[in-house]
Amino acid sequence: MIQPLPIIAEPSKPRKPRPRLGVFKFASCDGCQLSLLDCEDQLLDVAEKVEIAFFREATRRPLEGTFDVALVEGSISNSEQEAAIRDVRARSRFLVCLGACASHGGIQALRNQSKSEELIRIVYADPSTIELLDQSHPASAYVPVDLELPGCPINKDQLIEVLAWTLAGARPMIHRHALCLECKRRGLVCVLVARGEPCLGPATSTGCGAICMSYDRPCFGCYGPAEKPNASALAARLAELGAAPDAIRRLFQTFYATAPDFQKASRIHDGTRV
Amino acid sequence: MSGGPATGHAVIDKSEIETLIQGLWKSGYTVVGPTIAQSAIVIDEIKSAADLPIGWTDLQEGGSYRLKKRDDQAYFGYAVGPHSWKKYLFPARLTLYTIKKNAAELEIIAPDPAPRYAFLGVRGCDLRAIEVQDRTFLQGAYVDPHYKARREQALVIAVNCAQAASTCFCTSMGTGPRARGGYDLALTEFADRFLVEVGSERGQGVLASLASRPAVQADLVLADNQARATAESMTRTLDVSDMPGLFYENLDHPRWDQVAERCLSCTNCTMVCPTCFCHSVDDVPDLAGETSQRVRVWDSCFNPEFSHVAGGNTRPQIRERYRQWLTHKLASWVDQFGVSGCVGCGRCITWCPVGIDLTEETAAIRGRLEA
Ligand code: SF4
Ligand code: SF4
Ligand code: SF4
Ligand code: SF4
Repeated sequence: MIQPLPIIAEPSKPRKPRPRLGVFKFASCDGCQLSLLDCEDQLLDVAEKVEIAFFREATRRPLEGTFDVALVEGSISNSEQEAAIRDVRARSRFLVCLGACASHGGIQALRNQSKSEELIRIVYADPSTIELLDQSHPASAYVPVDLELPGCPINKDQLIEVLAWTLAGARPMIHRHALCLECKRRGLVCVLVARGEPCLGPATSTGCGAICMSYDRPCFGCYGPAEKPNASALAARLAELGAAPDAIRRLFQTFYATAPDFQKASRIHDGTRV
Repeated sequence: MSGGPATGHAVIDKSEIETLIQGLWKSGYTVVGPTIAQSAIVIDEIKSAADLPIGWTDLQEGGSYRLKKRDDQAYFGYAVGPHSWKKYLFPARLTLYTIKKNAAELEIIAPDPAPRYAFLGVRGCDLRAIEVQDRTFLQGAYVDPHYKARREQALVIAVNCAQAASTCFCTSMGTGPRARGGYDLALTEFADRFLVEVGSERGQGVLASLASRPAVQADLVLADNQARATAESMTRTLDVSDMPGLFYENLDHPRWDQVAERCLSCTNCTMVCPTCFCHSVDDVPDLAGETSQRVRVWDSCFNPEFSHVAGGNTRPQIRERYRQWLTHKLASWVDQFGVSGCVGCGRCITWCPVGIDLTEETAAIRGRLEA
């Protein structure tokens, strides 16, 4: 029999004001914010534990006061957003970037490789209404960031974990090892080895729970680089397996195009440019 | 010569495998064995003989695995796949306990009792791998109760390998292709029947539940010949002379830099290795702050986080991580546990996405030493 431990701190003190949570959107598709609404069963727990003080997708409350936790979605793409991210930082104690846009500029950072004026001319009927920074930037280019959650979009379980740990006063543990570790823990069969599929798992951060492989599909890198990946060696292996240079370039240049390791891997072939 | 009964041996018809599987389930075992899933022969629950990869084989080489139809109906006509029995004895994710905050105390809730497994189709290399992990988890002052509970209950039915993969090198490691103890029953497959060797009283009991007939000397000779042919067909070798010194004397060998250029530090080799035991422990609290699970997960020396310590990382580069893996497997394991950490199963070669081969790396290191 395992003996119960005596409790150290009394759990039920008089109710303190709940921590204030703000959810902020910049240049993005809203997918990461929606992960929060997607928490369904746990959403009531969230609302019980924190005061959702600002969240345009869920409440009409105006932006005012300070925040214990700020969840930031989206990249900084124009000067208005540049001012806004500084304002959010000034109001917030713990600032968490949600997803590829906020941490790396996102898919829209593909434009960083071209001239913005040219793209604006091609895309918009009336370019005069468009004001853009020359690149799509991560929040960290402007303000200090406390934590970046990977993914396009993020994994709601990781978000809950971040909130649970933060509310408990501990630093959340977000692992950044290669996805392969998670793939193998789940007992999935490697699609690269068993079928020759171009899987980015060995260079990609864990976080998704190895969803794609559980549907027999290779990873396409939507959680960005793992901690210290050897992405170029993976790119070389994919080429050996028959992936065309252009396919390899696209694989490493989609969700985390600005990540230096993925940029380098995308350039392993002569004749292709980033 | 043929005619005389061979003690400790019996012969069963192939159809008796179905009786065996059904009987084990009926006696309360969870039967696990080879089956096809996701383009490979994995280990999973086996409900009937039809779940076995009958008539299939595998083609393995560095970084590549393919299923192939055989031109016969062999039950066990393939080598080891991506899974090993550590999947069950040392699960990849195991809740050690749950802590619950009650009004006056912290309650510790023990995990569900360990399942009682019957392992069907354990190869020679994997029998040794289980013994190697026994030394890690069951010896010394700190016995792992989770491993112990699973291990003690597990019934082990071995299969002698009738064919080796190109990645196998069990003969070099003295672990196969024939089961060398550590089983309750061992099967040798012939075209129309199995030779059964009894390895324990429990195995004898299981055999008694099957329709068997006495084995004759000719069956034993056939089994010997099969084992010899399999051993002779083995193409890979690993020279393990002068271990652990070879690696200890070559910690600065330039080969470590060369292999680090190719190695992805992806952890796959350590995950598929049947002896790797590294793990980490995560706490998983719920949002309400009322319960928390303590979960043990497989971890690996190729995970940079695994060697994070206050003030830095003890193995910051892939070079040091690959060196850790190979040196531990083949050298420091001997100091630590008195046996090699490698049983020659070849899994780390096949399932390495870039096909890095430890036998080749070891030969390269050795080459410089001799030069
Ligand atoms: S399928 Fe992809 S993520 Fe899984 S082990 Fe293979 S390379 Fe890694
Ligand atoms: S080191 Fe490789 S060959 Fe040796 S036991 Fe582990 S997986 Fe098998
Ligand atoms: S080789 Fe690495 S993962 Fe395997 S047991 Fe040794 S340190 Fe652990
Ligand atoms: S040796 Fe192969 S399987 Fe092991 S970490 Fe390096 S690339 Fe991955």
